[in-house]
Parts: sequence; structure tokens; C-alpha cells
Amino acid sequence: MELVAQLLGSEGARMVVGLIAVIALVSVNALFLIWMERKVAAHMQLRPGPMEVGPHGAFQTVADAIKLMGKELITPAEVDKPIFWLAPIVIFLPVLLSFLVIPFSSTWIIRDMDVGILLILAFSTLSVLSILMAGWSSNNKYAVFGAIRSVAQNIAYEIPLLVTVMSIILMVGSFKLTDIVAAQSGLWFVVVQPLAFILFIICATAETNRAPFDIPEAESELVAGFHTEYTGMRFALFFLAEYTNMFIAAAVATLLFLGGWHGPFLPGVVWFLIKVYAVIFLLMWFRWTFPRTRFDQLITFAWKILIPLAFVNLLITALVLKLR
Amino acid sequence: METKTGEPLIHLGVLEEALNLARANSLWPLTFGLACCAIEMMAAGAARFDLDRFGAGVFRPSPRQCDLMIVAGTISKKMAPAVVRLYEQMPAPKWVMAMGNCAISGGPFYYPTQYAIVPGADLIIPVDVYVPGCPPRPETLIEGILILEEKITKRGRLRKFRDAKG
Repeated sequence: MELVAQLLGSEGARMVVGLIAVIALVSVNALFLIWMERKVAAHMQLRPGPMEVGPHGAFQTVADAIKLMGKELITPAEVDKPIFWLAPIVIFLPVLLSFLVIPFSSTWIIRDMDVGILLILAFSTLSVLSILMAGWSSNNKYAVFGAIRSVAQNIAYEIPLLVTVMSIILMVGSFKLTDIVAAQSGLWFVVVQPLAFILFIICATAETNRAPFDIPEAESELVAGFHTEYTGMRFALFFLAEYTNMFIAAAVATLLFLGGWHGPFLPGVVWFLIKVYAVIFLLMWFRWTFPRTRFDQLITFAWKILIPLAFVNLLITALVLKLR
Repeated sequence: METKTGEPLIHLGVLEEALNLARANSLWPLTFGLACCAIEMMAAGAARFDLDRFGAGVFRPSPRQCDLMIVAGTISKKMAPAVVRLYEQMPAPKWVMAMGNCAISGGPFYYPTQYAIVPGADLIIPVDVYVPGCPPRPETLIEGILILEEKITKRGRLRKFRDAKG
């Protein structure tokens, strides 16, 4: 009994249990989010959405997943094979690693690292690499265009995102996510930093490649963007990574601005998940309300409006902190 | 060595049935229309009719991610190679639906001396379900999809209603 307790308390066991929990969470989350996306889309267009598979179509994504597993995996003749095979895996790994430092409550965290927020931002940048790999190796002009647009967009939106996050870090004085949430026990940072919150949400929408900034996969001009040539489970992995990225973006928004696990009555984990899914609903609302921006408008918006605003916000924050 | 195609070597009863059930309930069509039938296809995907209820509303733009090709409209001789190519680009368990009289047999554009159109999609690709009409109403397209589901699973939602009617 003592041995079991000792084993469970050890660092290795924590990692194994954490990994299993994260993989389970990622799969269930993606199944739920895709169903939610289709339902939200349908209700915004006055349709019922999936209705036939399970109660209100609740098992629709399960059917989709089983079908995708049974599809043929096509590797087109002229593709760069190793890179083509690697890209779906490379897009999925950083997404899993980001969960390492996300605190679901004051105790539910796999590793509470000093550089938590930096780690998440660094890993989220890695997904650009795999998009570029997928687009380049596909040997398809639409895929390459999608990948190039994605890289340009992600680099442009990374800067205001980082600068916005810096203004929060200036206030807290720590990169540790648990410290950032603990500093919000009284007042959420969304009240103190409303401009930063708006900038962060805009940048997060662009980072996760979602409408109105979904030009890397704009189907009216680029077929399906960087995953045009992917079939079956390889395509499903891109989908899984996209929806998990959405979860991570919403989780970071919750941790930085919406007070993480703080809330009355309910346990911390429940509050955290409620806030995360509320932010995800906001992102879905954007997608089915706004038309897609043009590419030059998107880049102009990032460099001429978002980046100056983010720097102004950072300066004001620094000034206020210095004068206080 | 002789290789047989079509019949699989091992039958995994329940698993295959589950797979077929999943396939029947998530038929993603190709975003692809040739003529006026495509307008009715769009109507079937939109508010009043909503193909998404049956899991068939995810219109994928890339043929690599589709299960169902709805040939919606007249196939001109110039377009025929493109249609065949799109069919060939789709991954293996795939189905084709000929929507409208033009895709079934050439419709009003077919007469003995014509030189411009292919009279029937089944002359160039294998067709599973024919949906007649000029153009067919969205309800007809939905019935076509339900019949295709019946064809895939060997049992269907429609059978219940048909047996009740007698």
C-alpha cells in the first residue's frame, strides 16, 4: 500500500497519468467541439444541424471519426514522402505538450513551470512549421499558397500577441501561470486591461486560423489550403490539432484575463472549463458572423493597427506601474 | 499470382456493420456543381431542408476528403475529363449520385445529332443512385441520400416508412 502511494506520488507516475488524461481530454474535447461547431453554425443559419445520429446528433463526430479511420490513405505520386507523412504528427505534438503547463485548478497541473506562458507561446509557434511542411511537401499549388499565407499571417500576429501578453506579465512579475491566476483572485485582468483582452482575442483567432482570418484554408480560392492533399486519418489529425489549438488559445485567454479557476460555489476545475468553453463559443460566434478578410487587409490590420496598439498598451501599463 | 478485387478475404461481421453505419451517416459531398441542379443542391444544404441533419452537410472543397460525388447538372464533353479526374482523386469507399435528368441521360439537351454533351454520368463513372427531376427538388435529393444510406448499410430509415405505407 505504501509502495503504491509512493509510486503514485513520484514524478514518473505523475507524467504517465497526466499524459493519459491529456490524450483523453484532447480526443473528447475535439469530438465535442466539432459537434458544437456544427450545432452553433446550424442554429445561426436557422437550421437544426446534425439530428439523426444520437440525441440531437451527439454522436455525429463519432460516426465521422470511424468513417475517417476506414478511408483510403492516398499518398500522391509526386509528393515529398517523408515530410508528407511527418507533417500531421508534427502538428499534433506541440499541441499535446502545451497541456503540460496549463493549470486546470490550483492543484490540477502536470508540471508547474517557471516559464509556463513562454512554453505555450513557443510551442504554438511550432505549428507554423508543420503547416509549411504539409503545404510544401504536397506538391500542389493550392497547398503551397495556403502554407505561405499561413506563415505570413502567423508571424504577423505573433508579435502583437506576445506584446499583449508582456503587459500582463509586467503586472504580475512572473511567467508562472499559477502566479498569474493567483494575482487575479480579487479582480480579473479583463477589467484592468480591456484593450489587451480585445487584442489577445483577435490575435488568438488569427493564430488558430479561424474565420474571419481563415485565409490559409479559404475554400473559395484555395480549395482546402495546406491540407488539400491529405485523406482519412491524416486529415483528421489536422482537424484534431486545429480544435485542440482552439482549446489552448481559449485556456490561455482564461488564465491571463478571466481569472482562471477563480469563481464562487463551484469547484475550480468546473469554473475553468466553463470559462474556456465560453471563450470557444465566442470564437465560433466570430466564425459564423464575420465574412472572411482579404489577405492584404489582414496583414495591414496586423502591422498598422494591432502592433502599435499593443505597444501603446504595454507603455501605458509600464507607466502606470512605475508611477504607482 | 492472381489477385481478386471486390470481396474482402476476411469478413469481420459486427465491425464491418459498424463501419458501414458510420460511413452511411457521414457522407461528405464534394463542393461541385455543373449546372442548375447545383442550385437545388445548395438549397438542400441551407436552412429549410438542411442536409446536415443526416451528417451529409459537410461539403468538402477537396476531393481527397469526400465520400460522395453529387453530379449536379449537364456534363459537357469538355467537362467530362475533369469529372472523371475528380472521381479518381477521391479516396476509396466512394459513391456517386447522378442528380437531375441531364446527369442521368442527357435530359433536354440530348437529341440524335448533338455533339456537345455526355448523355449520362454512368457513361464515364460508376453511378450508385439516380435522382430524377429537372431539377429535382431538395426533398428528392434528401431521399436520394437516404436511399444511398440504405444501399451502404443494407437497412434503412426509409424502409420503415415504406412498410408502413404498404
